[in-house]
Amino acid sequence: MSGLPTLSILIALPLAAGAACLMVKANAARWIALIATLVEFALTIWLWQQFDPNGAQWQFAESQPVGGIIGWKLGIDGIALTLIALTAFLMPICIGASWRSIEKRVPEYMAYFLLMEALIMGSFSAQDLFLFYIFFEGGLIPMYLIIGVWGGAERIKASYKFFLYTLFGSVLMLIAMLYMRSVAGTSDIPALMAYNFPKGAQTFLFLAFLASFAVKLPMWPVHTWLPDAHVQAPTAGSVILAGVLLKLGGYGFIRFSLPMFPDGSAQFVPLMFALSAVAAIYTSLVALVQTDMKKLIAYSSVAHMAFVTFGLFAMNRQGIEGAMMVMLGHGLVSGALFLCVGVVYDRLHTREIARYGGLSDNMPGYALLFMVFTMASIGLPGTSNFVGEFLSMVGTYKASTWAAIAACFSTILAAAYMLYLYWRICFGTQRNADAAAMKDIDLREWWLLAPIAVAVFWMGLYPESFLKPMRNDVGRLMARMERLAPKGDSLPTPGHPAAAKAETHE
Amino acid sequence: MSRFAPILPELILSVGGTILMLVAAFAGRRGSRLVSWLAVALLLVVTVALIGAPSHAGPVYDGLIAADLFASFGKAIIFPASAVAIIAAHGWFEQDHEHSSEYAVLIVFAAVGMSVMVSATSLISLYVGLELQSLAAYVLASYRRTDERSAEAGLKYFVLGALASGILLYGISLLYGFTGTTNFTGIAAAFGREAPSLGLLFGLVFVLAGLAFKASAVPFHMWTPDVYEGAPTPVTMFFSTAPKAAAVLLATRLCIEGMGPATDAWRQIMIFAALASIFLGGIAAYGQTNIKRLLAYSSINNVGFALVGLAAAGAQGASSVLFYIAVYVVTNLGAFLCVLWMRDQKGQPVESIDSLAGLSQSRPGMAAALAIFMFSLAGIPPLFGFWPKLLVFQAAVAAGFAPLAVAAILGTVIGAYYYLKIIKVMYMDEPGEPYGRVREPVQGLLILLAALLISPLGYLLIGALGGLSDRAAGSLF
Repeated sequence: MSGLPTLSILIALPLAAGAACLMVKANAARWIALIATLVEFALTIWLWQQFDPNGAQWQFAESQPVGGIIGWKLGIDGIALTLIALTAFLMPICIGASWRSIEKRVPEYMAYFLLMEALIMGSFSAQDLFLFYIFFEGGLIPMYLIIGVWGGAERIKASYKFFLYTLFGSVLMLIAMLYMRSVAGTSDIPALMAYNFPKGAQTFLFLAFLASFAVKLPMWPVHTWLPDAHVQAPTAGSVILAGVLLKLGGYGFIRFSLPMFPDGSAQFVPLMFALSAVAAIYTSLVALVQTDMKKLIAYSSVAHMAFVTFGLFAMNRQGIEGAMMVMLGHGLVSGALFLCVGVVYDRLHTREIARYGGLSDNMPGYALLFMVFTMASIGLPGTSNFVGEFLSMVGTYKASTWAAIAACFSTILAAAYMLYLYWRICFGTQRNADAAAMKDIDLREWWLLAPIAVAVFWMGLYPESFLKPMRNDVGRLMARMERLAPKGDSLPTPGHPAAAKAETHE
Repeated sequence: MSRFAPILPELILSVGGTILMLVAAFAGRRGSRLVSWLAVALLLVVTVALIGAPSHAGPVYDGLIAADLFASFGKAIIFPASAVAIIAAHGWFEQDHEHSSEYAVLIVFAAVGMSVMVSATSLISLYVGLELQSLAAYVLASYRRTDERSAEAGLKYFVLGALASGILLYGISLLYGFTGTTNFTGIAAAFGREAPSLGLLFGLVFVLAGLAFKASAVPFHMWTPDVYEGAPTPVTMFFSTAPKAAAVLLATRLCIEGMGPATDAWRQIMIFAALASIFLGGIAAYGQTNIKRLLAYSSINNVGFALVGLAAAGAQGASSVLFYIAVYVVTNLGAFLCVLWMRDQKGQPVESIDSLAGLSQSRPGMAAALAIFMFSLAGIPPLFGFWPKLLVFQAAVAAGFAPLAVAAILGTVIGAYYYLKIIKVMYMDEPGEPYGRVREPVQGLLILLAALLISPLGYLLIGALGGLSDRAAGSLF
């Protein structure tokens, strides 16, 4: 590629902008953050264009020795590219969403968001185990502060829970990384993706990484931090949490667990399917009875993430591509849904569903966009989530009929809780005068939501744009673990039809 | 002249300290500022002199002292840390019209003691160095003699310290009795000849118990919170850095050089002390409301991690201990400098954690620095405090002690809670009464420097510091 260290710039730009934010007043900080994230997005588009889907696996690679066992090694494949693009796309929207709703300590707020963006970009592009760990864990600090300083009433508890839960999950991964380094003699991720660890060790390594990624994704039963964190975080914090940070868990499975410990992964497929099935059905049912909008969407995230684990551990092409598409689609849709909650929250300062009703009368524009995202969340054909969920289900069906049945039920339940939510908020009678008096969304809010709606349809109608960069990388992953893919129980078996014989007519 | 080259730093410091004592005696209270700056200069000169010291001189003076790289590494930590402890006292004792000249002199003498500790290769020089440091420390702890808490701290430290010295001496006498020598190499040879006898094992246990007291490792940590709380803050800062580093380094040298063949015997002790320190330091800190007490538990917790590296043994383990101690000392100096700045409008020191409320709004720079130090002590990346923790865990995993590393790293999660609590108070609580202004540009500069070293920029030092600690550890083998 070109000589420019693009990925380093991608990490350094938000850092520099964040430092600049700290030096100026509130309004200037807003503009700096917006411009920096937009430039970052433009840079990502350029990156996407330069990326050659048929080229080398790792592109834009950089390597700079630091000393000791760590190196500044960056590089991306198609999988990382799409997630980087998702992050860069959501970030300006997050800044825009915080434009008015955040009033106190704005420069600090913007600085933490930009720091977070830098760390997320670093996590997706790191090619050194320990560098990845530093970025991955470092993301806890800004998120902890964002929840704790600008969150709701229970923010302190939620921020502690978020931090300690996630930290507890990740530390075991660090020991596993040290073990990998001492056995394989390298901390280079591409090299480790081709390294064959002893089978016995793979079991433990897989479990150690699972502890980290299962918490991050999150999987049932370690999801309990998520509803708290989402409910208490400011709107933009929820968007970035649901949109991008959860994807780090799925990315971890794709980048580490599956290619590095294929035998360990194959061994735990039944467990992963069982946990995913519980998540898919149980958390959907929990979502159905929520009275808090954000909590409902938070639980729906856990249910949707089950599609990711279903697809990944089906270990076939449809499953893995489906998991990636679910991650991208869910990143957009759940982010948009949290924004929709934020729109009405900014007006009425409550997330209580019962306080709203009949908003389609006084907020038609809002009702339209909210409808789009509701349908996308259900997985209606033509929207982004349909592609991912369908592929994931196809892949799962190949591996296990029971798991596929659970996944189907999840979709049905998703329709139930999302339509129920939409009905309670936008349809029905207008029960409260203050809710009925709310103004429709303004231009700024159109600018936040409309681009996501466009992306949702784009991904739903022409998913090839997003599948193309990752196709070869999924192929490489398949080559590594295809032999271990679970044997399906529903494969058509050749039957033994009776030989044709002439019918005799009386 | 070249005969004295190996102990050049100690010589300069001893002579200089004596002269400073005379200056202090004649100049009285007026001279305190001069004396402390001279002491700082003396310590810095000695640090520079380390560069020229013979770096591979094995035991000299009949095996009493070694001026090897390991010792130089230790001194390079101890001398600057002592200098910072002197600078930290500026504007501290003057406020109560206390005489602060002796303070600097005492620190210089303590530095001599610590310098002997890290270079001792004989049980005798070990003990002499330790006592020289301890005697200075007892006086320092009770330096504010009009303050009851300070006097109590001094007394407590002295009584318990004397007990620990007794235990140590008893262990030394056992080792000497059963090996017939006080030299580390001789002791190692005795351990290597056959399986250690009961007497030797007893000696080993007692010596390590005495050293554990000085390093405030569990189960010999009880004095730490009380002394840290009672002693004047600059003294607490001193206790938690240089003497701790000296004690850990001394234990490292003794274990590896003097008891290398008996690694399996002392390793169990180290594993226990490490894990007990990590967990007790983490859990006992929960209810603390005084920042100095909290940092005392934090230092117990951190010594535990250093001992994980020692338990791993071998060159890699020793190197990780050195790296850990170096970063820990810088972080703790920075944290305590921030604590020094916690003063009310009248300039009186404030020690409650609650008083930090909303510091990020009233004093954003100080809050950011303290947050960096806290996250770093907790070992959260991307702060530099993460890296030494990673190194000790790496040493443990490489030595085949993965379960130890797993247990220790779970301890970091427990410890993270109370570091987070400080961050929470500073960033998430509503501002309380703001602190008074402190006009100490030098201290401010030191805080900035420490914060920069501990920030992610510190990773640029991995190569240099790692190479240095590797070579220093290598001189033990």
